[in-house]
Amino acid sequence: MTRSRLGRRDALRLGGLSAMGAFLAACGVEGKGKPQASVAPDAVAKFWANKTQNGKLNFAGWPLYMDPKKPELKKFTQKTGIQVTYDEVIQEMAPWFAKVQPQLSAGQSIGYDVMVITNSSQFGQFRDSGFLAPLDHAKLPNYAANAAKSYANSSYDPGNVFSIPYASGITGIAYDPSKIKEPITKLSDLWNPKYKGKVGMFRDVQELGNFGLLAAGIDPAKSTETDWQKAAAELQKQKDAGIVRNYYDQSYVDALGKGEVWITMAWSGDIFQKNVSDGTNFKFVIPEDGGTIWTDNMAIPVTAENPVDAIMLMDFLYELENATTLAEYINYVCPVPAAQAQMRKHAAALTGEDKEYLLSVAESPLVFPGETEYDRLHYYVDFNTAEEKKDFERVFQPIVLG
Amino acid sequence: MDRVKRTLSPYLLVLPGGLWLLLFFAVPMATMLSLSLQEGDIVNGFVFTGHWQNYVDSISAYQTQLIRSLVYGAITSVVLIVLAFPVAYWIAFYGGRKKATYLFLILLPFFVSFVLRTISWRMLLTDDGVLLHPLKEAGLLPADFQILGTATAVIAGLVYSFLPFMVLPIYVALERIDPRVVEAARDLYASPLTSFRKVIFPLALPGVFAGVLMTFVPATSDYVNSELLGSSETTMIGQVIQAQFLSNSDYPTASALSFTLMTVLLIGVFAYARALGTEDVMKVAAR
Repeated sequence: MTRSRLGRRDALRLGGLSAMGAFLAACGVEGKGKPQASVAPDAVAKFWANKTQNGKLNFAGWPLYMDPKKPELKKFTQKTGIQVTYDEVIQEMAPWFAKVQPQLSAGQSIGYDVMVITNSSQFGQFRDSGFLAPLDHAKLPNYAANAAKSYANSSYDPGNVFSIPYASGITGIAYDPSKIKEPITKLSDLWNPKYKGKVGMFRDVQELGNFGLLAAGIDPAKSTETDWQKAAAELQKQKDAGIVRNYYDQSYVDALGKGEVWITMAWSGDIFQKNVSDGTNFKFVIPEDGGTIWTDNMAIPVTAENPVDAIMLMDFLYELENATTLAEYINYVCPVPAAQAQMRKHAAALTGEDKEYLLSVAESPLVFPGETEYDRLHYYVDFNTAEEKKDFERVFQPIVLG
Repeated sequence: MDRVKRTLSPYLLVLPGGLWLLLFFAVPMATMLSLSLQEGDIVNGFVFTGHWQNYVDSISAYQTQLIRSLVYGAITSVVLIVLAFPVAYWIAFYGGRKKATYLFLILLPFFVSFVLRTISWRMLLTDDGVLLHPLKEAGLLPADFQILGTATAVIAGLVYSFLPFMVLPIYVALERIDPRVVEAARDLYASPLTSFRKVIFPLALPGVFAGVLMTFVPATSDYVNSELLGSSETTMIGQVIQAQFLSNSDYPTASALSFTLMTVLLIGVFAYARALGTEDVMKVAAR
């Protein structure tokens, strides 16, 4: 076990996450079962015909989404001889789309064969623009065997036509218990005048809009434009009362660390990482009245130069052992339910602190959420048309860009 | 033959730079102007429809940010003149043999990335940071005192970012003043203050003018300072344009706003040139 692992164990204990108890292994994200995205029946065969293994591939990932030593990728190279270049080039979804869109439109390679993209509105943009290669499921036996079945019904990619999950995450509330003594449990805590000027909200309009909707008691996935207006009014009230310190991107972690905000919207994995790397003691909660869940997905750009190598890697990451070690490092929601038992097995082979740490990951509801968690988690607002997405932005963007 | 050569040579000399400008300035500008009049979305594509409404919509939606940017830019320029003039004056007249060293020191921070320097400001000014925390502990400041997220922080950041661009032109203008002119003023019984007011400052004005040109425009369109040091109450137009381009992929709105900003700045700069009575903007700026 590495030293960082010890740190992570401490973080888990300090964060009080392990105290949340054991939960059922119900790993997976249920979708809403929308109709299949339409693809020509021979699209898969057409794309994969004449494609060959080239012995190399380029992976476009996000920061902190893989052990820096990349043990899984090394194993993959050992087994297949395929060299993998892994770059942490994606920081935010919208700029990433804006960056690769011109090349993809022109039918040129973007230099990457796999990319990890979130099920935000940009996923729809990638899908609808025809930028994603249809996946050949005959090449994904491990995925079929090990992934949580619910992933096949996701609303953004029913039937996994274009993507398979990398990891999921939860958007909830993080706070600094040294500044806020009473326990934080509800969304309305973000609206509490007591924390005036010390509340952080997300700048991403989808995330922000979702929290506004949930606070107004509306299910984002079923919301209409009238609901958006209501949610925007809630958020505007919060802003006008001077409660919101700022609308943040990834920098909210830093703001929390520097005492700029005491309580903030947050992504589950980040708070972990912060507690580990800086020895802080921040808490993360899924609000009783709702948080959101999102999924980051592996997809192959339609112009990829090494798609065969890419799909082999995607399937490799679904081998039970690989999915387990990956989840042990990244601590986001794991798409392979059996990884929980495997992780317990790994823990049993260890002793002392290492064992304690790994067990706490295996039992963490943030890595393997149970029914209790899923009941509280909601999906993003889905947009059927580009016009709808624009309307949504028109409603919420002015709050961020006051 | 020689005559042909002589007539052609200026054009040939201007060709590389001209082509460069055409390719990397004129073409993108034209594309952006066209984009600002288009309708559509990123998935289905944008179509040119001569949609002037884009300008009306985007300006009415973001006039607050537009005006705020101009105000911040103007305040930044004024603060910069006040700060930079004494520095330039001192280096020009009292710098002695070490003038070059002092100028180098002014430029030194620029060897570090702009964004990195702004992040350092963030660390300095943050609520529980090295600056405010001790003062709060000592009871000199109220516990909820903050600088970060206010207009003060943004303008301070802008001033810091563009300081050399004001110091250098003023220094150049002061440096060119013939010492004998100042001596002459003294000989005619002008007090130091009068000689400064009537001789030195007017002669340094072109430098101040160039300094304002070089700081007002970038400060107004800057978005990094407001992004890192400000809050949702200090949003500048650059941030709006950035969000529309990168987050919303709403290219027409972003382009319309960019063009509006450019137009307003150009009008502002020319009005300023007229008010100052300078005959040729470019001539002064080029000095």
